[in-house]
Formats: sequence, C-alpha cells, structure tokens
Amino acid sequence: MPEVRSLLRALDPADVRDALALATAIVVVGASFGALAAAAGVPPLLTVALSLLVFAGGAQFLVVAVIAAGGGVAAAVTAGLLLNLRHLPFGLAVGDTVGRGWAAKLVGAHLLVDESVAFSRARPDGPRARAAYWFCGLLLFTVWNIGTVAGMAAGSAVPDPDAFGVDAAFPAGLLALLMPALRRPDARRVGLAAAVLALLATPVLPPGLPVLVGLLGLLVAGRPSTEPAERSR
Amino acid sequence: MTWGAVLALAGGTYALRLAGLVLRGRLRLPPAVERLVDLGATALLVALVATAALLDGMAFAGWARPIGVAVGALAAWRRAPFVVVVLLAAGTAAGLRALGVP
Repeated sequence: MPEVRSLLRALDPADVRDALALATAIVVVGASFGALAAAAGVPPLLTVALSLLVFAGGAQFLVVAVIAAGGGVAAAVTAGLLLNLRHLPFGLAVGDTVGRGWAAKLVGAHLLVDESVAFSRARPDGPRARAAYWFCGLLLFTVWNIGTVAGMAAGSAVPDPDAFGVDAAFPAGLLALLMPALRRPDARRVGLAAAVLALLATPVLPPGLPVLVGLLGLLVAGRPSTEPAERSR
Repeated sequence: MTWGAVLALAGGTYALRLAGLVLRGRLRLPPAVERLVDLGATALLVALVATAALLDGMAFAGWARPIGVAVGALAAWRRAPFVVVVLLAAGTAAGLRALGVP
C-alpha cells in the first residue's frame, strides 16, 4: 500500500510473534476446511475461491454445511451473510486504523476478520495498530489459503483440529487481545452483558444474529469510565 | 456449491467490510458516539468469545473447550504473553480430551 516501508518500520517484533501464533492455529483450521469441503463434494476450484474471495472461516464452514445438508444455495448465502454482518460494525470501529486513502480501504476491507480487528485494537492507536492490522490480516489471509489447499490435498488424512485444542485456542486468544480493553470498567460491564445476551439468544436465533444481539450490551455502557486504568485499548 | 453462491457470498461479505470502513471515513462522530462504536466492537468480540467458548452450533460444546478457554483467560488476566495464553488453552483442551473428557 502507500507506505509499505513505514508500516514495516512501525511493526513491533512482539506483534509479529503473536501474529505467527495466530497463524499457526489458522493454518490448522484452514486445512480442516479444505478437507471438509472436499469430503462434502465441493469442487476444488470453488473451495479455493471460497477461501480466496470470502476469507471468513465461520461463513465458509456454514455455507458448506448448509449445502451438504441439502439446503438451497440462497439459504446458504443468506446464512453466510448473516454470520458476516458483524463485519460492518467492526469496520466502523477500525476505519481509522486501516487507513484513510481509498487504496488502503479497498484492500484493507478484504483483510477485515475477527482476529485482525481484535489484534489491532489490542495495540496503541496509531502506526503500531495500523501495522498490526495489515501484518496480521495479510499473514492470516496467506496461511488460510495455504491451509485450505493443503487440507484439500490431504483430505481425510487431516486430523481433527479439536484434538489439538485449536477450538479453545481461538476464544482464549481473542479474549487475551480484549484484555487491555476489558480493564476499563465500562467495557467490562458492556462485555459481560453482551456475552450473556448472545448466549441466551443462541438457541432461538440463526447463527450470526446472537453475536449481534450482544450489541444490546451497550445499554449498560453508562457514563465513560473516568479512571485512566492503563490504555483504553 | 455453485459459482453464483461463492460470488454472492464473497461480494456481500466484501460490501459489509468496506461499508464500515468507508462510513467511518465519511462520518464525523461526536466523542460520545465514537465511544459507543468502540465499546460496540468490544461487545461483539466478547459475544463471539462467549459463544465460541461454550457452544458448538446451538449445543453445549462439552467441558474440554470451556475449561481450556478458562485456563487461557486466567493466564491472560495475569498478563501472561499472548503465545502462552493460546498454548495453555489449546494444551488444556487437548489434554482433557486425551483423558476422555468430551
């Protein structure tokens, strides 16, 4: 993008290490997606296209599952888009971090995933957060697609990621990234309410909406916390 | 799966992603609203963590995963490095499963 060199300069070695840890987990999940799509009879080219063009793990697993279960194409796409609705408020939150120019927005939009959002928000605002967003996003995009192709090739030889606890690593990793924000009392209040509401909504709403219901947690945002805590994010 | 499905999902997802970024650039948000946008992202991420930690689809995920996440969360709260948090959570869940915990 416009200032690749300044981005690289702003990149903190500790952030590189953390992003690599995330990437290790993502490659395993990508491989399991590739293997699952192959087993579900999705043509290889379409599987590759899903990972390249959609680049949203949850939605990709969901559309493959809906179609494998005999649901129609329209139902699958609707379910996937519902799951991805959260990307809009995420974009609002990280808009300034991604960059101001059109080129940055057009490319940066495709790299907007839960992990790159949480990852950049865990850094102090400014060049370091921007570098963290781009590095994390580009790295995850790369390994997600490598994982997908590897998984398609290996097929049923791909082990279940749950055997490595990858399913526990993701929520724990996201939570670790949220920790600086959650040291603020108002964020903790909102977060707790969001978690409870999303869990309560899960049995009654289609996938994706319960997480959005979590936004109602803002009702307990109250007044800004005045105690400086550490950094707000 | 069809090309139509892939392209519709890809286009829709990209539009959602871009819309947020572009809106942010266009809007002049008062500080109070900016705070809510920021807290809203936190709310969404915590909601994601909670549902991903406890549920598999609409059903309980079993004990190994939430216990692994809890161990990781404790480490994160005690300011353990990110890599340690992730490894502790994964190791705990994997270890419990190896012992036969669902």
